[in-house]
Amino acid sequence: MTAPMLEIRNLRTEFATDAGRVTVIDEVSFTLNRGQVLGLVGESGSGKSVTGFSIMGLIDPPGQVSGGQILFKGEDLRTLPEPRMRALRGNRIAMIFQDPAMTLNPVLRIDTQMIETILAHEKVSKTVARDRARDALGMVGIPSPEERLRAYPHQFSGGMRQRVAIAIALLHRPDLIIADEPTTALDVTIQAQILAVVQRLARDHGTGLIWITHDLSVIAGLADRVAVMYAGRIVEHGDVDTVIRTPRHPYTHGLIGSLPSRNPRGQHLKQITGTTPAIAALPQGCAFRPRCARATEACLAAPPVTQTEGRLLRCFHPVTEGEAA
Amino acid sequence: MTPRIEITHVSKRFSRKSELVERLAERAGLKAPKPVVHALDDVSLTVGSGEVVGIVGESGCGKSTLGRIVAGILDASAGEIRYKGQTLAEMPDRQAAQARLDVQMIFQDPSSSLNPRHRVDEIVGAAALRHGKTTRAGLADYVAEQMRRAGLDPAMSRRFPHQFSGGQRQRIGIARALAVQPDMLICDESVASLDVSIQAQILNLFMDLRRDLNLTYMFISHDLSVVEHISDRVVVMYLGRIVEEAPVAELFAHPAHPYTRALLQEIPQLDTKRRHYAPIKGEIPSPLAPPSGCHFHPRCPLAMPRCALERPELRQIGPAHRSACHLND
Ligand SMILES: Nc1ncnc2c1ncn2[C@@H]1O[C@H](COP(=O)(O)OP(=O)(O)O)[C@@H](O)[C@H]1O
Ligand SMILES: Nc1ncnc2c1ncn2[C@@H]1O[C@H](COP(=O)(O)OP(=O)(O)O)[C@@H](O)[C@H]1O
Ligand code: SF4
Ligand code: SF4
Ligand SMILES: [Mg+2]
Ligand SMILES: [Mg+2]
Repeated sequence: MTAPMLEIRNLRTEFATDAGRVTVIDEVSFTLNRGQVLGLVGESGSGKSVTGFSIMGLIDPPGQVSGGQILFKGEDLRTLPEPRMRALRGNRIAMIFQDPAMTLNPVLRIDTQMIETILAHEKVSKTVARDRARDALGMVGIPSPEERLRAYPHQFSGGMRQRVAIAIALLHRPDLIIADEPTTALDVTIQAQILAVVQRLARDHGTGLIWITHDLSVIAGLADRVAVMYAGRIVEHGDVDTVIRTPRHPYTHGLIGSLPSRNPRGQHLKQITGTTPAIAALPQGCAFRPRCARATEACLAAPPVTQTEGRLLRCFHPVTEGEAA
Repeated sequence: MTPRIEITHVSKRFSRKSELVERLAERAGLKAPKPVVHALDDVSLTVGSGEVVGIVGESGCGKSTLGRIVAGILDASAGEIRYKGQTLAEMPDRQAAQARLDVQMIFQDPSSSLNPRHRVDEIVGAAALRHGKTTRAGLADYVAEQMRRAGLDPAMSRRFPHQFSGGQRQRIGIARALAVQPDMLICDESVASLDVSIQAQILNLFMDLRRDLNLTYMFISHDLSVVEHISDRVVVMYLGRIVEEAPVAELFAHPAHPYTRALLQEIPQLDTKRRHYAPIKGEIPSPLAPPSGCHFHPRCPLAMPRCALERPELRQIGPAHRSACHLND
């Protein structure tokens, strides 16, 4: 078997805060193969974006990736000098942000931005670059791309702007795309259009996708594998159908059980009690302990990581298959 | 029985205010006047007492505008709204003020609707005191009762909003609304910005309040699974118009309108295996220049020549089921 395209090993990222240095993600490990889609889910503040930014090398000091390896095609991105990292970014690895304004420059026409992006990484003529830009717009479903190339970002609707940002991410046919909640602010019909585009990309071009979202239903239809984060750690990770059908970590189990579609219409929803802990003041041992109905004395220690049948769990007392059904 | 709310032929037009230079240019005939947004275009709807009516549709279709008009925060440009049989204009002032108080709105962003410089007890108690729902002597107990009802620990009543989590802030908003003893809540995307695990807690609270206080709800959300769970009846809007309306089970089992059918297909489902997205084509058109005839015709897979010319009427197609589509003829 060939090495995975991306292998993350024990990634740890810290930030400096008023309360001192805070470890925001820790022991994050996963692999991604060509054409594979990994869904990264979790509540707000659980560390999804920080994971994406860490892989991209976009954590600004005084924050820093302080441990682990980010192996992209066998090479550890943490050891790459910044010029080489910059050459990879936007070329082989691209990120799509929740807010397209992070990608688009408001004062430049779309064609200017797209051509600049291409020329930053490739020696081609302007005409060739322009053709590529137009094709990329067409690919994400923007009607009359030739005309739209001459527009400014503000002349597009929110959904269109996001598609332009995606088109820019696609320009170099990257091997890896990290998408950070790119459809969260969009309507379902527009979301479905964007999902159709990225799905085609993974299938036809072998692009690996990390799709960050808080919406498990999106992951269900899109991803091959899912990693569930809680308080900076991956607590459950496995094949998407298996995890959604039989969640075994008490958090994943509670989360899926609380969805309206898993409860009889009009009845009380099964709910997880309590709220997400502040990352700077995590409870001792398992971070989910204060909200967990299965917690015991044992959970005052850090839970072990177990791996069975391709599923990773970080829990002393996982829900058993029988209970999960 | 008199319905709680009767909305008849309500329209709302917004015109953007022109800059002075533009106004002069307009007056000199050099420039067309500023475009008008038809946020609501001839909407009629009845909400029964104790009923939960869900309002769904994509952004810009007029859900919030409808909610605000019913809550008395906005005036309609045309049409009328009856509260238990009477319009506000027909009521004596005191009664109209009470009718407004009886309908409270819960917004999406709990943070921006709470004054950051006021403590929770002030936020929850102020309007209740002003409207004589409690006395100054009884205020502390009264506030504690509202907080408990909304699922907050009254011991936290002297804290400021920023000392609470997002879910707790939404509970503060709910406690404040309950404090003036409304019999109707208009929830405008009230759980949209909350994490899934917190969403379930707040939805449960809304259902408990309905049971305990016999509340009527207008429940606005772009999230169909939430609306499906909590509503008795669902109204689907598209570009300022109601396109379909039916009891919840009927709407989800037998959607009639092509837009509703497409919308239901687009919702990601937890239980579908890897699916092939084959989405509705095209953008949501601008409400500044809505398509002629049936607003949905440029995106509708079943559109006929007539659809671009004539507005389809919202009419009865089954018991309590209404749809606005020429295919119903
Ligand atoms: N630049 C930063 N400085 C300090 N803390 C940060 C910074 N960025 C993120 N964090 C903290 O890291 C945690 C994880 O954040 P994030 O990855 O954005 O969560 P998610 O994307 O899952 O909502 C949060 O507690 C957040 O407050
Ligand atoms: N105060 C306002 N001024 C001008 N236009 C407005 C105003 N409020 C809403 N609109 C417009 O009215 C339409 C309906 O808006 P809204 O009721 O907020 O829709 P929804 O809540 O369904 O997203 C939109 O096109 C919006 O831009
Ligand atoms: S380790 Fe213990 S507290 Fe943590 S999720 Fe498992 S059972 Fe619950
Ligand atoms: S009236 Fe015509 S365009 Fe409108 S929904 Fe019906 S078939 Fe489609
Ligand atoms: Mg994030
Ligand atoms: Mg709205």
